Amino acid sequence: MSAIRDPEQDQNRIASGLDVLAKDVTQYVTVYIASQLFGLPISRVHDVFTPDAMTPVPLSKSEIAGVLNLRGRIVTAVDMRCMLGLPEPDDATKRMAVGIDYKGESYGLIIDRVGEVLNLPMSEREPNPVNLDPRWSTISAGVHRLEGTLMVILDVDRVLQSMSEAIAA
Amino acid sequence: MDDLLLEFLTETNESLDVVDVELVKFEQDPNNAEILDNIFRLVHTIKGTCGFLGLPRLESLAHAGETLMGKYRDGAPVTKDGVSLILMSIDRLKAILADLEANGSEPSGDDQDLIGELERMALESDAIMAGGGEAAEAVAEEAEPEPEPEPEEEREVRIGEVPLDELERIFQETESDFDAEAAAKQQMEDALAEVKASSDGDEAASAEAEAPASEAVPEPVKVDAPKAEAKPAPAKKPEAKPAPGAAAEGKPSGEKSLASQSIRASVDTLENLMTMVSELVLTRNQLLEIVRRHEDSEFKVPLQRLSNVTAELQEGVMQTRMQPIGNAWQKLPRIVRDLAGELGKDIELDMVGAETELDRQVLDLIKDPLTHMVRNSADHGLEMPDVRASLGKPEKGTIKLSAYHEGGHIIIEIADDGKGLPTEKLKQKAIANELYTEAEIDRMSETQIHKLIFHPGLSTAEQVTNVSGRGVGMDVVRTNIEAIGGTIDLKSQEGRGTVVMIKIPLTLAIVSTLIVESAGERFAIPQLAVIELVRAQKDSEHKIETIRNTPVLRLRNKLLPLSPLSQLLGVDTPDPQETIGEEGFIVVMQVGNQTFGLVVDAVFHTEEIVVKPMSTMLRHLTMFSGNTILGDGSVIMILDPNGIANAIGSAIDGEVAEEANAAEEIQLDEDKQTSSMLVFRAGGEEPKAVMLSLVTRLEDIQSESIEQANDRYLVQYRGHLMPLVKVNDDMELRTGGTQPMLVFADEHRSMGLVVDEIVDIVDEVLDIEVTSEKPGLLGSAVIKGKATEIVDVGYYMPLAFDDWFMMKDVGSAKEEFEVLLVDDSSFFRNMLAPVLRSAGYSVTTCNNAQEALDLLDDGSSFDAVVSDIEMPGLSGYEFTAQLRKDKRFANIPIIAMSAHASPSAVRRGREAGFSDYVAKFDRTGLIAAIKEQTSEVELAA
Repeated sequence: MSAIRDPEQDQNRIASGLDVLAKDVTQYVTVYIASQLFGLPISRVHDVFTPDAMTPVPLSKSEIAGVLNLRGRIVTAVDMRCMLGLPEPDDATKRMAVGIDYKGESYGLIIDRVGEVLNLPMSEREPNPVNLDPRWSTISAGVHRLEGTLMVILDVDRVLQSMSEAIAA
Repeated sequence: MDDLLLEFLTETNESLDVVDVELVKFEQDPNNAEILDNIFRLVHTIKGTCGFLGLPRLESLAHAGETLMGKYRDGAPVTKDGVSLILMSIDRLKAILADLEANGSEPSGDDQDLIGELERMALESDAIMAGGGEAAEAVAEEAEPEPEPEPEEEREVRIGEVPLDELERIFQETESDFDAEAAAKQQMEDALAEVKASSDGDEAASAEAEAPASEAVPEPVKVDAPKAEAKPAPAKKPEAKPAPGAAAEGKPSGEKSLASQSIRASVDTLENLMTMVSELVLTRNQLLEIVRRHEDSEFKVPLQRLSNVTAELQEGVMQTRMQPIGNAWQKLPRIVRDLAGELGKDIELDMVGAETELDRQVLDLIKDPLTHMVRNSADHGLEMPDVRASLGKPEKGTIKLSAYHEGGHIIIEIADDGKGLPTEKLKQKAIANELYTEAEIDRMSETQIHKLIFHPGLSTAEQVTNVSGRGVGMDVVRTNIEAIGGTIDLKSQEGRGTVVMIKIPLTLAIVSTLIVESAGERFAIPQLAVIELVRAQKDSEHKIETIRNTPVLRLRNKLLPLSPLSQLLGVDTPDPQETIGEEGFIVVMQVGNQTFGLVVDAVFHTEEIVVKPMSTMLRHLTMFSGNTILGDGSVIMILDPNGIANAIGSAIDGEVAEEANAAEEIQLDEDKQTSSMLVFRAGGEEPKAVMLSLVTRLEDIQSESIEQANDRYLVQYRGHLMPLVKVNDDMELRTGGTQPMLVFADEHRSMGLVVDEIVDIVDEVLDIEVTSEKPGLLGSAVIKGKATEIVDVGYYMPLAFDDWFMMKDVGSAKEEFEVLLVDDSSFFRNMLAPVLRSAGYSVTTCNNAQEALDLLDDGSSFDAVVSDIEMPGLSGYEFTAQLRKDKRFANIPIIAMSAHASPSAVRRGREAGFSDYVAKFDRTGLIAAIKEQTSEVELAA
């Protein structure tokens, strides 16, 4: 997904026509965590669901919100607010979850609400600002400048990888 | 690697395992032609297949071995050396096979050493046995025109076998193919075997005879399966029996030829099937849960049927995974035989219950621990023959392996009649390794000491032999067994032998669990670890008590350490005392040799659950073994009993063992009543003590939070102001850090007795030798060899609250009431008399019932009698019964006091004639009871 490309070449491709355009556009599902807009590559998102009947797992890391049953599969829910060092929301009942798979296991990322689906050209993606909070920069794959707001690309693999690394440590 | 080779490897390995076992049997029973036939046939098949697949090294070795066996079959005397040589050849074959499996080709090398030996021995046999079999040629010719069966390949042939019974219904059509083929195969093989046997190294003849065999080889391997013994299948194939060529001698017994009643299915297929069934069970449970909520559902009946079918399906599929435990034992006879040779011991291996079935996954996991334990028994357990003889034991040592089902578990026992565990040596080892101190060891029972061998690094072998004692010991065995949810236990008697008992679940896929609730969440506890459930209630026999903040439960004369599940899981309220209280449900669990109680808020039902592995993000949590979806669709965490046991800790284990012993001692030695005393220091170096049962809690209070008002020290404690009292005026309150104190409380108030240091809790026979005139002291007693001042709590309470004993409308008696206090314990007399006096009664004390009776007989009059129950000589019951017989005392209030206020004791007391019954430490209750009883008498009068 994030192979290094020559930006100039990318520009050329966009200019060269629609057939290549499809390749250079990534579809993102946008979600809100606190007031920040995030984008998840749509290819990684299996489901969007309301996390209810969550079973907390005692002794687990605070980022683990619990486990829940999603159509017969046991999904481990990760609290993204906690992951990003954000405070608990005022109304936790209305939160949503994005279902993803990581190394053959099902996870649910708990977010505040789901936005829309956006098609964004890869070329407009910018690297993380260097002064970004390290907790954010480890799980962010870059930033898109949208009209009036910034969208942080959430790298789901890195979210879960950083968690398992923290456990191993 | 091509399928054919793969198949060959599986088959040959299995065959060789059987040969191993059979050879050992054969050695003991050289005249059993049937066993020899079987071995011969297997080796022959291997040889044939190797030739077919182009594996010359295997072929020539197998051939040489076969030649020697042929001699035996023709009647040459069987020697131990011969059998050993054949076993060695089989080991070599296995090594070559292992290489073949790893590299896909036969390793280079030479087996001439073995082949030469084998040939030499065959020649020797020849020399001994005059004459061969001229009839050989004739038979060979007869065998040759035998029809060659068409190989039929439509069957699934893979690792792992399923008894046909299970799948017969599905695969009925295939049966006929099977039988015909098996019959033909059998015929041909038998014929070939004869040819071989009589060919006497005549290569020309045998080559000729082998030609047809070679081509058919891949098939026979499958058919003459070593699994024959596994399942005595129904006799369903008459065609198989009248094999013409077999009539002479080659036909193995009916048992063996039934092999074709099973087919092979890949383990993967079965695993998949199992997973699907598990899902089905879950979905079924969910449906049932939904229907349960809707009263009149039309789904009810079909769902019931679905439920039944699912249950049957589940059982059926489980059955396919089941294998006789004998499969795990297969290698043992050989191992024991070799060990016997190596160690110079004479060992008999007795195996009982080999047909007991269990899940093959479990089977694989216990194979190694079992082997290890049998080795241990042979090496360390059994003595040398001369030693045994001198001890009057039979020279031949016996190792007995047995297996049987019990509930949902399988029990495996490994017993030997050897020397047993060396208790003394274990003790020394444990002390040397600093596992326990000498004092701790001294207090342990023999059984507890024996169980030390499950500790890492406690191998008892004096010498490290080739066989065992290399550090990989019983602790590894225990870990392996516990990893699959099993338990291991051991009994040993020095000089008589050792028995190791293993209890393991039949299957790992589905677990029967108990659903409990703690801190608002539900958890599943595997039933295997649960011994019983106890409901603790304040006024019942079972109530939760605390020793230095450690909750314990008296359970059948033992102290059971308790741990609230919420606390273990860290989902606790900040004050553990509040969550425990005196009530709760206690799940009594046993893990290994550790028994403990888990305090939970509620216990629901039991449920069969399908264990699902936890996500990698949670796998580091040792407290859980998995999770699952319950019938109501919610996810539940499954507790791991081993994890819990570890969390509770081995420290408690030892501690409790001690306490349990102490409790036992009390029970055994009733007239030597011990009391638990809390020893502390306060205002001086000399130790002070107080009855532990009087102390409600021990606290460490931040010294900054101690306030002073009206010349009194106070501290905010649980939302109230608690007055603090110093033991004597000499002592100083601390100015920094924490201040230890003993908290005494009843329902309404508490006070803190400030001390310098809490030293110990000891069980001692309390004998107050010197009574004291000093206020606040009952006297001195010897505790732990030291003179110790016994503190009178009753003195301090009024210091904290002037009206301590006047509370609850007790009031002081208006008139002078005479109370007779009968108690054999001077401590209680000393403690209760002041209490009663301060409540306004005049008290006379007697230290036994006879004295009291004499006193009463002499005409002393009392308004009430307070008597202990357990006293030497006349008991409280007898005392009361006698009093009641006397008209003068028919109506006098008699109040019983006892440490054990169980409902049955109360009932017995009433029957004996007691007016009331109070617990020994319930001072206010006692005063209230006296007041109530005396006023009743007044009213009556």
